[in-house]
Amino acid sequence: MLYFSKLRVFSVLIFTLIISYFTISNFTKVDDEFFSKNIKLGLDLQGGSYLLLEIDNEPVITQRLQSKVLEFKKFFKDKDIKVRNFVIEDKSIIFDVENSKIEDVKSLLDDDKSEINPYFQQYKSHQFNFENMDTSFKLEFSDYGLVLLKNSSLDQAIEIVRRRVDEVGTNEPNILKRGNDRILVELPGLDDPGRIKSLLGKTANLTFQFISSSSEESFGTEKLSFEDGSSEAIVSKRIVLSGDNLMDAKPTMNNQTNETVVSFSLDRVGAKKFGKATSNGVGKRLAIVLDGKIISAPEVREPIIGGNGQISGNFTFQSATDLALLLRSGALPAPLNIIEERTVGPDLGKDSINAGIMSLIIGFILVVAFMFYKYRFFGLIANLALISNLFLLVGILTLFEATLTLPGIAGIILTVGMAVDANVLIFERIKEELKNENNSIVAFDSGYTKSRTTILDANITTLIAAVILFFMGSGPIKGFSITLGVGILTTLFSVYFIARLITAYYVIKNKHKEKLI
Amino acid sequence: MKTIYFNKFYKSFNILSGILIIASLVFLVFKGLNFGVDFKGGTLIELRTDKSSANITKIRDSFNQMNLGDVSVKNFGNETDFVVKFEKQNSNDPQFIEEIKTKLSNSIGSVDFRRVENVGPKVSAELLRSGVIAIALSLAAMLLYIWIRFEWQFSLGAILALFHDVIITLGVFSVFSLEINLSIVAAVLTIVGYSMNDTVVIFDRVRENLRKYADVKIFELTNISINETLSRTIITSVTTLLALLSIFIFGGEILKGFSLAMILGVIFGTYSSIYIANPVLVSLKVSQRTIVKEEKE
Repeated sequence: MLYFSKLRVFSVLIFTLIISYFTISNFTKVDDEFFSKNIKLGLDLQGGSYLLLEIDNEPVITQRLQSKVLEFKKFFKDKDIKVRNFVIEDKSIIFDVENSKIEDVKSLLDDDKSEINPYFQQYKSHQFNFENMDTSFKLEFSDYGLVLLKNSSLDQAIEIVRRRVDEVGTNEPNILKRGNDRILVELPGLDDPGRIKSLLGKTANLTFQFISSSSEESFGTEKLSFEDGSSEAIVSKRIVLSGDNLMDAKPTMNNQTNETVVSFSLDRVGAKKFGKATSNGVGKRLAIVLDGKIISAPEVREPIIGGNGQISGNFTFQSATDLALLLRSGALPAPLNIIEERTVGPDLGKDSINAGIMSLIIGFILVVAFMFYKYRFFGLIANLALISNLFLLVGILTLFEATLTLPGIAGIILTVGMAVDANVLIFERIKEELKNENNSIVAFDSGYTKSRTTILDANITTLIAAVILFFMGSGPIKGFSITLGVGILTTLFSVYFIARLITAYYVIKNKHKEKLI
Repeated sequence: MKTIYFNKFYKSFNILSGILIIASLVFLVFKGLNFGVDFKGGTLIELRTDKSSANITKIRDSFNQMNLGDVSVKNFGNETDFVVKFEKQNSNDPQFIEEIKTKLSNSIGSVDFRRVENVGPKVSAELLRSGVIAIALSLAAMLLYIWIRFEWQFSLGAILALFHDVIITLGVFSVFSLEINLSIVAAVLTIVGYSMNDTVVIFDRVRENLRKYADVKIFELTNISINETLSRTIITSVTTLLALLSIFIFGGEILKGFSLAMILGVIFGTYSSIYIANPVLVSLKVSQRTIVKEEKE
């Protein structure tokens, strides 16, 4: 165990130097992307906000079922099958079929090539599962149909969330999917997430609907309240125009009224629709509805043809800016709920870094002093291994741009305390071997050999704990498991290559000296 | 070095451990654990006040007026820092935290919210579940590893020592109502690793000595092995404790619970490797034949 080939010495040295370089690169500036890597600081160290959003998919399911009902009606009409009594109940569609066509409908729904109930070959599943009782059919989303729906609404939602967060212009936001109905938003450096939260909390479904004079209208009517809660109005269910046709929106000042408004411009289709509706509706009041609440309901004085308009509604400049931002970024497919929020202020982060570094330095000094006191020269070797261990650990974390969290720093300090264990096991074993063996080279060699399985056992147990933490843990805990796990690997390297190399040189040079250790 | 007769005290320490475990279980069952917002849901605010005149009673009174459910206020580190926890969590209302801040500033003067954590009931239930699964999984993984590496008698000894350490550490947290949060789960898992590590070192030596001494009984043999590995046991515990004490004292308030759990775990882990794991080998009558059989197979 004491022999090292020249090539091996050389590669150990090169490897250690290269990795150590990356430790130092945290403190230097180089004009090259690869050579100027830095450890990323977790939100708990640099300050910032962590938000976990969950999509409320219920409205999406209802919406999809509603449009499916329309599809069914048309589909069966084309096939000359009479169906009636469509009801949407408890997330399923129920309808009746004339007696003679029950088998036809069954086979239409069950067919692998069915257009109305698509079949997904790779998942062996239709979009809908159906039950049949007498003339009545009940359809509900299959598990896979539901997954598909959730995924598509998640994809849409994450896009809108990204646009909204980008528009606010925070520093390097991190937006990720979690499962099939959650979105994780990390906003480094943001210590007051209030504005982002209010922007993400709105679906921003914008519609223009006429205020109805009579409650009898072909499309039906609904009662909506005003945004400020002051009053209610009866509104036609017919949607003149929706936010989908909006091209741009920005806050502006209306020169006549000296009021902040949101001006918008429409795309060509939208402009045409809007022009037609306003031409027919001169004199009527047009309600501007956002998420089921009326913002304002101005009277149409003349047809609006150019595709440009204004929304007024007692805005402050800030609220007009936010509304414009929401309209520009588009509507969310479903409401988002914030189910977890963690915010750390920047000065607490700084305090945590300082405390972490302070305890690392003190812990390190204590361990180094203790090892020197216990083993003298060999204590120095163990300490050298410990220092290179730290350089390797921080270097590898930097190279892979791992995120360092406060528990991660604790993991590094813990590694300092536990890393000397391997060298202690070896040195103690060598001491025992020297009692019965006069040849110090043989004693050192068998000391290394005999302690090897124990050291591996001891480190594998800790590594198991680290790996499980990595897969089960979240956020800061993950940071801890990474430093703990990588720390074990660098410990083994520093003990078996660096410390052993120096020990070997020393022992071979001083083999005739008494009481080596 | 002089031999210490650890084995003389196997019985008395086993009784002590038994009492500690039962006491811990009683506390865990009847008093339970003080779960933090991670696992219970709710809101945590770490705040720094301007004046040192703001005290716990004042802060508690002004929070109690806000209708937030059960409120707890604690000093955090120094005189001007406090941690406030309450049941209500309303992260969907973007003004929720802002309103609390305004009301609080009106009654006690300017405050700075240094940290806000807001965990909904669904998330806290999931975090608790995944924490429990993580600990159970790591215990199972350790069991599997040691079962592959050693004979079953050794595995049983190591696992009993593990349970001993985890139960008593949690027991101490229950007695003193110390908060259980995500980082405590990390600490418990590390304790599991450390305790196992310590036991394995002694067991490796026991097995080696079983081969070396043909006619020494296991009662004596465990004592020889403990003594032979004793200086390593002490040195490693000392260096690990030095590092942990440094985190505990200088690492800031947030890491206090984590480092305390680890310190307890290291102490119990070291103790249990000697006084739980080894007596199990003795009472299971492990002998030279135990490992010879294994090797023949």
